[in-house]
Amino acid sequence: MTGSRYRWFRVFKISGIHATLLAYSALVLFPILLVFMNSFKDQMAIFGEPLAPPTPETFSVDGYKTLFEIANFQHYFLNSLIVTTVSLVLIVFLGAMAGWALAEYEFKLNTFMAIYLALGIMVPIRLGTVGILRLMADWHLVNTLTALILVYTAMGLPLSIFILSRFFAQLPPDFKDAARIDGASEYRIFTLVLPLVRPALGTVAAISMIPVWNDLWFPLILAPSEKTKTIVLGAQVFLGQFLNDWQAVLAALSLAMIPAILLYMLFSKQLIRGLTAGAVK
Amino acid sequence: MRRKPFPWHITVFLAPAVLIYTLFMIYPMLASLKFSLYQSLDDGRQVFVAFGNYIKLLTDPNWKEPFWNAFWNNVVFFVIHMSLQNPIGLLLAVLLASNIRGAWIYRTIIFTPTILSVVLVGFAWKLILSPTWGIWFPLLDRLGLGDNEVAIALLGNESSALITLSLISVWQNIGIPMMLFLAALIRIPSELIEAAQVDGASSWRVFWRIQFPLIVPTVGIVAILTFIGNFNAFDLIYATQGALAGPNYSTDIMGTFFFRTFFGFQLRPGDPNMGATVAGMMLLIILAGVLLYLYGWQRRMEEVQF
Repeated sequence: MTGSRYRWFRVFKISGIHATLLAYSALVLFPILLVFMNSFKDQMAIFGEPLAPPTPETFSVDGYKTLFEIANFQHYFLNSLIVTTVSLVLIVFLGAMAGWALAEYEFKLNTFMAIYLALGIMVPIRLGTVGILRLMADWHLVNTLTALILVYTAMGLPLSIFILSRFFAQLPPDFKDAARIDGASEYRIFTLVLPLVRPALGTVAAISMIPVWNDLWFPLILAPSEKTKTIVLGAQVFLGQFLNDWQAVLAALSLAMIPAILLYMLFSKQLIRGLTAGAVK
Repeated sequence: MRRKPFPWHITVFLAPAVLIYTLFMIYPMLASLKFSLYQSLDDGRQVFVAFGNYIKLLTDPNWKEPFWNAFWNNVVFFVIHMSLQNPIGLLLAVLLASNIRGAWIYRTIIFTPTILSVVLVGFAWKLILSPTWGIWFPLLDRLGLGDNEVAIALLGNESSALITLSLISVWQNIGIPMMLFLAALIRIPSELIEAAQVDGASSWRVFWRIQFPLIVPTVGIVAILTFIGNFNAFDLIYATQGALAGPNYSTDIMGTFFFRTFFGFQLRPGDPNMGATVAGMMLLIILAGVLLYLYGWQRRMEEVQF
């Protein structure tokens, strides 16, 4: 192949790659942008010109007004925030403690514990719902955020322990041995190594966050009361009730998507690193 | 090994995680399995029926019909994911791994739907495909399908609803296989690929001869993750079609069938014992998949890699 023909071929190939990726990106963005755009239009314009962006004549925020008057979205948002934050702290911190124990110490039940805790990676926690609901009912935890936090912590721990124990195992031994010779207790050593795996902690938090924030199943079953609704359940119920108020429905969809997209922008680096690390067999 | 006295610190480190995990994951799972071996009498007493509930689920006409319907719908759901989501995810990953400019922008955009709640994604698509809004119609007219009843209401027809929902799910979840494949492709030493290119190998050949063989383990991981995710799915169907998984149960999958059995629907009261039985069947299906993967696939992989 001559040089110029080769160059032409390369240009052609790279344009093809960009065209494919651009087309797919458009397919991804189209529904999301369509919902956002139409949430700022009046009912007439939503139906008349669905593909047109809002203009000064068609601009309207009536949907958002209905939303704030009727649904308690601020409250739902707060519930989601509390549940997700507390669960994540527990998943990361308790996961780090257990991961450290499995990676650092040799004891009789080590392998058994590692396998026992890893079962939860493969088996979905939802399949124990009948048992979970009875347990929560016995402990009077139905319709509390505590119930959700406990379930999500149990759900997130297996992967957290699995990933973190691998990171702890990769730490060089010199540092720990030096601390031990200095007479540091095992608890003290743990607090010293924890900052060393900080990127891994961020990664675990990022990949554990999505299923917790977005879950519909457990809020629906364990905490459906108005007081404890999360944003996903709140949006689901609102969307079902206001089916015919398109402005309100589009506004609710947009508003519920925004926090997730903001979190994604903040944490996408950790998230992508996490997926990459998790892929190592 | 390291110390002689009872290692309290190991217990302290492990106990909180093991306790929460055991109490809220393992114990409920076992309790649910045990519960599936009992039946409630009218006075509320529980009687042991061994595998009676499972036999009922598989043979009683009132149960076997909805069960097999949900099972086969779930198989269709899974097959569509395997044949579209994973190959397209792989294609996107190969394109992203080709060192083009702006790859991270494409990657970030394509992953966006995956971080959104299934409820929101499902509902957004429901609006877009809704005949009331009709955004779809100009395109249908151009394709000459303007009068086609099925195309007008893709989610409202028995013949098209399940496939449409599967495609929505593919649209949403494609980011996961894409990222896993991308991670595997990036780990391939670039010298390998460059050497082949210098020898004049086409991209197609490089892919099949070098990249694909090296990422085969990831293909297995993606397949088993898809399987577990699909046979545990619920949110999308519930959010768009409701607990009845309409039209006429044509989009009913194991997750929605489990929900209805456990909580009841319309005039039929919920049955926790049968709910636990459906969950037990789902566990069995998922375990069968996992074992097949571990013994059938991974063992063979090890043989290949020595």
